Amino acid sequence: MHKEAAIREPLILGHKSYHDITEDVCRPIEDKAPKMWYILFGIAAIIGLYGVGCILYLLGTGVGVWGLNKTIGWAWDITNFVWWVGIGHAGTLISAVLLLFRQKWRMAINRSAEAMTIFAVFMAGLFPLIHMGRLWLGYWVLPLPNQFGSLWVNFNSPLLWDVFAISTYLSVSLVFWYIGLIPDFATIRDRAKKPVAKKMYSILSFGWSGRAKQWNRFELISLVLAGLATPLVFSVHSIVSFDFATSVIPGWHTTIFPPYFVAGAVFSGFAMVQTLMLVMRKAMGLEAYIHTKHVEYMNIVIMVTGSIVGTAYITELFVSWYSGVEYEAYAFINRASGPYWWAYWSMMTCNVLSPQLMWIKKLRTSLIFTFIISIVVNIGMWFERYVIIVTSLHRDYLPSSWSMHFPSHIDIGVYVGTIGLFFVFFLLFARFFPVLPLNEVKTILKSSGESYKNAPDAHHGDDKH
Amino acid sequence: MAEKVFYAMYDDDDILKDGAKHLVSKGVKVSEVFSPFPIHGIDPIIGLKNTRLGIMAFIYGLTGLLLATIGMRYFMVTDWPMNIGGKPNESYLDNMLAFVPITFEFTVLCAAHGMAITYMLRNKILPGMPAYNPDPRTTDDRFVIEIRTSENSKFSAEELNAMLKETGIVELDQKEI
Repeated sequence: MHKEAAIREPLILGHKSYHDITEDVCRPIEDKAPKMWYILFGIAAIIGLYGVGCILYLLGTGVGVWGLNKTIGWAWDITNFVWWVGIGHAGTLISAVLLLFRQKWRMAINRSAEAMTIFAVFMAGLFPLIHMGRLWLGYWVLPLPNQFGSLWVNFNSPLLWDVFAISTYLSVSLVFWYIGLIPDFATIRDRAKKPVAKKMYSILSFGWSGRAKQWNRFELISLVLAGLATPLVFSVHSIVSFDFATSVIPGWHTTIFPPYFVAGAVFSGFAMVQTLMLVMRKAMGLEAYIHTKHVEYMNIVIMVTGSIVGTAYITELFVSWYSGVEYEAYAFINRASGPYWWAYWSMMTCNVLSPQLMWIKKLRTSLIFTFIISIVVNIGMWFERYVIIVTSLHRDYLPSSWSMHFPSHIDIGVYVGTIGLFFVFFLLFARFFPVLPLNEVKTILKSSGESYKNAPDAHHGDDKH
Repeated sequence: MAEKVFYAMYDDDDILKDGAKHLVSKGVKVSEVFSPFPIHGIDPIIGLKNTRLGIMAFIYGLTGLLLATIGMRYFMVTDWPMNIGGKPNESYLDNMLAFVPITFEFTVLCAAHGMAITYMLRNKILPGMPAYNPDPRTTDDRFVIEIRTSENSKFSAEELNAMLKETGIVELDQKEI
């Protein structure tokens, strides 16, 4: 058994036993859903259906129903895409990168963070697909033989790299998440009393028996998948940033984009995890597993990545001046003082100033403050993408084609709809799936649980080899 | 002779580990351990070899790397050399840098999925498979050691029974096969 320093705060509060962990995680699944769940689910479903309606209208009518024009050919659609992909970065970062660094606090949050990741990437993937206009021809992005068209897909294009990056990221995250879920489904299966639930969970648990050899393989596959997913996480948002960085538009054409986008993605992803987790721990009575210390750790990540993003903004400004390229300089002066100044300064306030407040211990351990900041950060990160995309495009090289972007109600409907759909998925997850990796949490009970930690009890001593 | 299987149940992973060590030191073969979570350090005690899944992941990754390279060389150089700005794709090496992202992604894709499929097949876990844990509590907070008389011909069933009882068990179950 691994002994931990006494000074480190326990990760599991209270006097929990192995059985208590099972109980705490399974009870919300086995009990009847609270009324609040139905209310939230209803609201999310209505918003989501409205979004689906908007998408159907869009597909029936054409991309012209968006507020795009000749100058601004990319706006809300790609903004939402990048925003959702960014949010989808926290889950795999928590479960993969933090696993490699042996951070045990990840265990309480990794399951739901990964679920959030997967649902966020679903929402992200929707936008390029509907942007094609002909959704049913979406498979044309795959390298199919020439009979389908005149050419192969262009492997030199960052847009195709994106196809590969996002689909790899989505499917690998899904596999990683599910492999962790299998043993926990087995726990629910073995507790289930109702025949339908028992049948469902026994299908979902794939006949997991918990043999020593199975656990041996489980630990290795978790580690190797974490090792594979770590560079994958960083590559995905780097590739998304290439969509812009490899173009020749002033404001996009910068080499700083990949690390800057990755930091921004982690920043917004952790903010979304905070938003969801703070509500979930309360609603499902998981305060003993996700407590102030976890929130504080995540706030530190938000603070660090927020500072990286802030540094990137300032570096961009510096380089636009130092490069001596007047187009580049104008793009940035226009961002800060042009007709979209409000978007730029909202972004600066939300992303640069607000995370700096986390230096104060009192604030970063305050749950209400964290909740507010987590939402502020996600608003800021949406504005960041909007600023990068729309303000770089709206003042073209030719002043005669200068233009403004006004979102249509379909733009807004599709965006708000994806938020609704996201919550539909997340609420279903919270209702039927184990929201904590309960069997993994059991492995840290003795080293990081409050009742075991620092107890001078020889009974739970180190193993003797 | 009918085979007897003993299921000794413990309520703590460390007690099980000490028990298994004790049994193995006496020459008993422990055929299986069922637990709700991985017990670190149990594998060498009961004589389990480390899994070779990692090697398989490497091979799958290499396959992905190779397929991506061959594929893109064929698509972009042999079959239809795209001419972008008067710069046709003459050779794979000239254009290699543009192919790095997809090569990487495809390598990860093959390694991760190949490994996951192998993991499921080797573990015999697939949708709809029946579970073999001897007691439903072994996925909650109980830990079970399985001992078979056929693998321990040196000892009689009574001797095994007595030895198991010394190791701090909470329940003992016997089955005849």
